[in-house]
Amino acid sequence: MPQGDYIELHRKRHGYRHDHFERKRKKEAREVHKRSAFAQKALGIKGKMFAKKRYAEKALMKKTLAMHEESSTRRKVDDEVHEGAVPAYLLDRETTTRAKVLSNTIKQKRKEKAGKWEVPLPKVRPVAEDEMFRVIRSGKRKTKQWKRMVTKATFVGPGFTRKPPKYERFIRPTGLRFTKAHVTHPELKCTFNLEIIGVKKNPNGQMYTSLGVMTKGTIIEVNVSELGLVTPAGKVVWGKYAQVTNNPENDGCINAVLLV
Amino acid sequence: MHKGFFGSIGEGGEPKTSFPSRTPSHLSFSSLGSALNLQATMEVEGQQEMNNVMCLLMDPEGTPLGAPMYLPQNAGPLQLQQIVNKLLNNEEKLPYSFYISDQELVVQLGSYLEKNKVSVEKALRIVYQPQAVFRIRPVNRCSATIAGHAEAVLSVAFSPDGRQLASGSGDTTVRLWDLNTQTPLYTCTGHKNWVLCIAWSPDGKHLVSGSKAGELLCWDPQTGKPSGKQLIGHKKWITGISWEPIHLNAPCRRFVSSSKDGDARIWDVSLRKCVICLSGHTLAVTCVKWGGDGMIYTSSQDCTIKVWETSQGKLIRELKGHGHWVNSLALSTEYVLRTGAFDHIGKQYSSPEEMKQVALERYNKMRGNAPERLVSGSDDFTMILWEPAVSKHPKARLTGHQQLVNHVYFSPDGQWVASASFDKSVKLWNGTTGKFVAAFRGHVGPVYQISWSADSRLLLSGSKDSTLKVWDIRTHKLKQDLPGHADEVFAVDWSPDGEKVASGGRDRVLKLWMG
Repeated sequence: MPQGDYIELHRKRHGYRHDHFERKRKKEAREVHKRSAFAQKALGIKGKMFAKKRYAEKALMKKTLAMHEESSTRRKVDDEVHEGAVPAYLLDRETTTRAKVLSNTIKQKRKEKAGKWEVPLPKVRPVAEDEMFRVIRSGKRKTKQWKRMVTKATFVGPGFTRKPPKYERFIRPTGLRFTKAHVTHPELKCTFNLEIIGVKKNPNGQMYTSLGVMTKGTIIEVNVSELGLVTPAGKVVWGKYAQVTNNPENDGCINAVLLV
Repeated sequence: MHKGFFGSIGEGGEPKTSFPSRTPSHLSFSSLGSALNLQATMEVEGQQEMNNVMCLLMDPEGTPLGAPMYLPQNAGPLQLQQIVNKLLNNEEKLPYSFYISDQELVVQLGSYLEKNKVSVEKALRIVYQPQAVFRIRPVNRCSATIAGHAEAVLSVAFSPDGRQLASGSGDTTVRLWDLNTQTPLYTCTGHKNWVLCIAWSPDGKHLVSGSKAGELLCWDPQTGKPSGKQLIGHKKWITGISWEPIHLNAPCRRFVSSSKDGDARIWDVSLRKCVICLSGHTLAVTCVKWGGDGMIYTSSQDCTIKVWETSQGKLIRELKGHGHWVNSLALSTEYVLRTGAFDHIGKQYSSPEEMKQVALERYNKMRGNAPERLVSGSDDFTMILWEPAVSKHPKARLTGHQQLVNHVYFSPDGQWVASASFDKSVKLWNGTTGKFVAAFRGHVGPVYQISWSADSRLLLSGSKDSTLKVWDIRTHKLKQDLPGHADEVFAVDWSPDGEKVASGGRDRVLKLWMG
């Protein structure tokens, strides 16, 4: 006979112990305390594994309880008043949640004057000059080394014309020139592809700002007329600042977050 | 044939060169002004190389006024006005505007002819349109910002006499505001969910509001207390309310409400119950209007418009033609039905019979002989002009918008139709033929609601970009920009006496603007 069947066979022949059912009940009642003591005392990997299993159990239990609590009788729908009231003509339409009207332009102008900004990335890794530029040798014997080529993403305006090649010291290759940035609105959490108007400040130095180099942490100005924002005075806003959040020379695109 | 005159016209190549050497204006105007005997003046000026044009004055329906006559080329709209007043034997001098082939005549006849190279051989047909006698000043400043609502303001309405203002909001209250002191007057609680629509009865004695929970409440505007218990019957939210015109039944008792559950119900405020239920639409009913000839028009998301008769609630006609949801309806006599017996004079009436009589006169004058016109705006970016009493086929299809049309509104004199669309523009169309007239661009967000001034010369639009803009109909340009709201503007209304504009939106304040 298979070894597990002996107990059953004995039970069939002789019945249960006289206190079997009581002991069984009490043992099961003590299980709860035992489990709790184990959960509290178990250390190390054993403890972690138990905790994980226990958490999954608890979550499932909560769900089933909630399901049972839901009454099966049909109640009148929508008893509570929701927020975000919209008029009747907008009720059946899903409108994308939009940003509220902007912060005061006067405050912005004051901040601009003071040169202080609260930005999402306050500190960025400084970029050394030898990382930013590559030395270009020129001249008949290739001994002159006064030219530099920028290795990071740059922005040149639409009316940009190079200096005569013989005299230009900084070369900005067309492959690394960008006109558009993927700008994310921090509250709406949606991203727009907006045109860059200019580079406002590069944290690595004022020379890079004037060259138009965009590295991580640079403040750029973007064209937001697409978003349809209006100031409290009624004027349409068409330019806002954004901060670059990725390394554009590695990714091939500029990701920025809008400064509201 | 007057050979002499023909002779002068025949120097015909010359009108272009003779203009600089025309007689000085002061001479001709004074002579025209003093004697409206045109033939005489023309003979006098015939010697001074005045070229004349044969004109035929016609009224908007096409019947000519008087015989074709010769008018000097320096006759402008003012002179034409005098002529029309004289020919119609008006006691007061009423203002008119003139149109030659649908273009307004603002300059003198001569310059018009020169610009448009109209032949002088045929009689020039000039259509005259009566204009409102009074002129409304455009609003340009915010006179008060009244806070009070705890949630967004969803609808705003002035009473028909322009003395009271009510607003419904997402905080489930209806508030009445005092216009003289520009402060809150009464707060009416009782609704269970957002108050979506409010409507004044044409005699100004009742105010009805509908909520998202499908219930309607009737208020007494003098005390701010409910007139009774709630009217329950609809199962889903109320999308529109319209009262029965006072000239059909005075005092005002019945109104119709439309709901998302697909039917429209006619209620009686004195019996306090639903009298008839108009069911037939398969999807939500978006807009309902009670017409002046006693028919109810309902528009629905199932792309149709149904015309009902009111005694038994039977369906008369079904107007099909749209390809998507029909959002809004406008009737050519809507403004007159809304204001009832009140007009810009501001007279108060004592008895309902008197009001009914006056309202009936105003309605008949407004309507003339033409049947009532209906315009519907839809999600399929077009609008359709119907004459529901005549036929169930569209009269004209008004295309041009690039996004859905949210709100359409006839001007108070029925001459124009304005449409507000989510493509950030407001378009103006001819109210009788449906031809496109002008597009007003300037908003940077979807335009939600529009409202006309009582003289039909100014149009107001409120938009998602938190600004309101006043547009001039004569010049087709922006008249005034009204910024100031902090968030989307959901509802705008111009008072029937033209003094004030009220607007409310998501920023929870009610703004009153004055001229």
